[in-house]
Amino acid sequence: MASLTELANPTRFMRYSAVLLPWFSGVALVLLALGFYLAFFVAPADYQQGETIRIMFVHVPAAWLALMFYTMMAISALGTLVWRHPLADVAQKAAAPIGAAFALICLITGAFWGKPMWGTYWVWDARLTSVLVLFLIYLGIMALWRTLDEPSRAGRAVAILTLVGFVNVPIIKFSVDWWNTLHQPASVFRMGGPTIDASMLWPLLILAIGFTLLALSLHLVAMRAEIMRRRVRTLTIFEAERLDRLAAEGAAA
Amino acid sequence: MIRAFLAILRRDLALATRAGGGGELALVFFLTLVVLVPFALGPDLNLLSRIGPAILWLGALLATLIGLDRLFQGDEEDGSLDLIRASVLPLELAVLAKGLAHWLTTGLPLALCAPLLGLLVALPGDAMLPVAATLLAGTPALSFIGATGAALTASLRRGGLIVPVLVAPLTVPVLIFGVSASNSALGGTIPFLTPFLILCALSLAAIVIGTIAAAAALRLAE
Amino acid sequence: MHESCAARVFCLRNNVLTLPFAPSFPRLALSAEDLACRRGGRLIFEGLSFSLGGGEAIALTGRNGAGKSSLIAMICGRLRPAGGHLRIEGAGDAPLSELLHLVGHRDGLKTALTARENLDFAQALLGEASASAQEALAAVGLPHVAALPVGYLSAGQRRRVALARLLVSRRPLWLLDEPASALDVAAQAMLVGLMRDHLAQGGAILAATHGSLGLDGAREVRIGA
Repeated sequence: MASLTELANPTRFMRYSAVLLPWFSGVALVLLALGFYLAFFVAPADYQQGETIRIMFVHVPAAWLALMFYTMMAISALGTLVWRHPLADVAQKAAAPIGAAFALICLITGAFWGKPMWGTYWVWDARLTSVLVLFLIYLGIMALWRTLDEPSRAGRAVAILTLVGFVNVPIIKFSVDWWNTLHQPASVFRMGGPTIDASMLWPLLILAIGFTLLALSLHLVAMRAEIMRRRVRTLTIFEAERLDRLAAEGAAA
Repeated sequence: MIRAFLAILRRDLALATRAGGGGELALVFFLTLVVLVPFALGPDLNLLSRIGPAILWLGALLATLIGLDRLFQGDEEDGSLDLIRASVLPLELAVLAKGLAHWLTTGLPLALCAPLLGLLVALPGDAMLPVAATLLAGTPALSFIGATGAALTASLRRGGLIVPVLVAPLTVPVLIFGVSASNSALGGTIPFLTPFLILCALSLAAIVIGTIAAAAALRLAE
Repeated sequence: MHESCAARVFCLRNNVLTLPFAPSFPRLALSAEDLACRRGGRLIFEGLSFSLGGGEAIALTGRNGAGKSSLIAMICGRLRPAGGHLRIEGAGDAPLSELLHLVGHRDGLKTALTARENLDFAQALLGEASASAQEALAAVGLPHVAALPVGYLSAGQRRRVALARLLVSRRPLWLLDEPASALDVAAQAMLVGLMRDHLAQGGAILAATHGSLGLDGAREVRIGA
């Protein structure tokens, strides 16, 4: 906790993040290169699904990141509302588009996988549908950020929405599962599961870590950009007022 | 005069894309509506693909109508409308510019995204283009019929749902011909072109009538 | 840019207010005869007559709710007179709405656009371009905010950007509703300078105000006395 409070200072955050960033992104690149090499050249094609199984190497990490970023946003929302951490809403704002992007990647790769498997790009499968609803929640949060232009007020409003969404996500997931089984009893498909072979598991793990580090680097970059944006905004307003005062004093003198 | 027309068009486009403009919200709302339908109907792809064009059309209609109350209200609230009234541009052309900007930021993106959302309702591949085409041809009618309602309620502090309530009944013909043109692409006895041309005619008429009526509503002195 | 800005400040201070780009306006006369105003079934004022010619200014006074803003709305054509006439002479067939500038309570600025974009928009709409947006902003003492979104500006700065609109297009009649609200002393002096300059070019001003306009030659028309 001590380190967290230290990081609360945006200047210190800028310094630490500048050090961390090349490491995160460097390791991410190495892992992604290695993971994709294993995934495309070493891992065998699935006996049932053929080459399309390789889509899973992107699809699964994307799904995981979409969820992880929402969790991070919920924690940041708590940070904004409860601990009043000055960087919490920055972290929250920076996370939303990244989470949304991974949710979208998950949906698109799911669609590409679904075409050969199910014969259609989209099936209202419980898992995909839940991700789609999550994507919509992400879009709503981003829209709220865009609508409110005063950062601190927007931060609190978005934090409330994020937490409401967070409480709702399990309920949504449960209802969608229920809705889905109601309509299509039992037949459902099984993706991967515990029977996954080691030759598949390794690239998947490496890629998952690689994508996570990539996402975290993106998050750091976005947070830094947001801090800069707010500084520029404050400085410009301040400068405009200062020049105004100078002009007024000049006219009065 | 052309300069003033372009200035309004350019300004409204800029406002829609800048922070807080909400230009993309109609699209998100469209997506949400399309997603909600299967939850109500069940995920039966055969059923969904049969009523797909209807879902897309209803979604586009509601997404267009729901934001329309802001078309003139924002300008009325901050006094820009007085500026437009004082301009050298006839009010009809100003309304035309604003309606055009509304369509470019709402109807056009909706029509372009419709095929993508068509995937969600299992629209057959050969029906995607016709659905997009009908939306492209039909959404101008929605923008301009809506402009009349928006102009009538411009000075109301609480427009809200009044515009959709006023305008929705007037959009019935557009909906009928839009959906039937899309359905004809799914097979049926009517050729695609018959309802499609009527749809185009409805749009052209709506641009003229809507523009004149909205300008008259805005000119309405107390 | 800096030079012209400094020159203008100098001009304002010495009350020498002929701007370099300003030929004089054709002679115009606005006259009101026996005007009456009714809003929501209530008679606000009646029997109001005045005339306003080129080079003249009218300070419109009266208690709150006396109908100052209603009269301005009437001249803009937003409100129909319940009786009497408004006449404009000497303008050819141009309608009144194309001869006037309005700076009202609502400042007509979009907060998401920059000051320059707002002024460029006004210029394109109103026609008769005179000063550029940047020159107009310099004249109201705000050359440094041109690239800032108006949403970032304080109330006084916004009001001055709205006043800068008077300079980007040349129109003979200025309708000002409480123009000095939110302005500090220096900015009020700037406003008086702009108005004097406009009068010197043969323009006309009608301004609703609570206090004094600060213009020597301004006649006072009192509503609802």
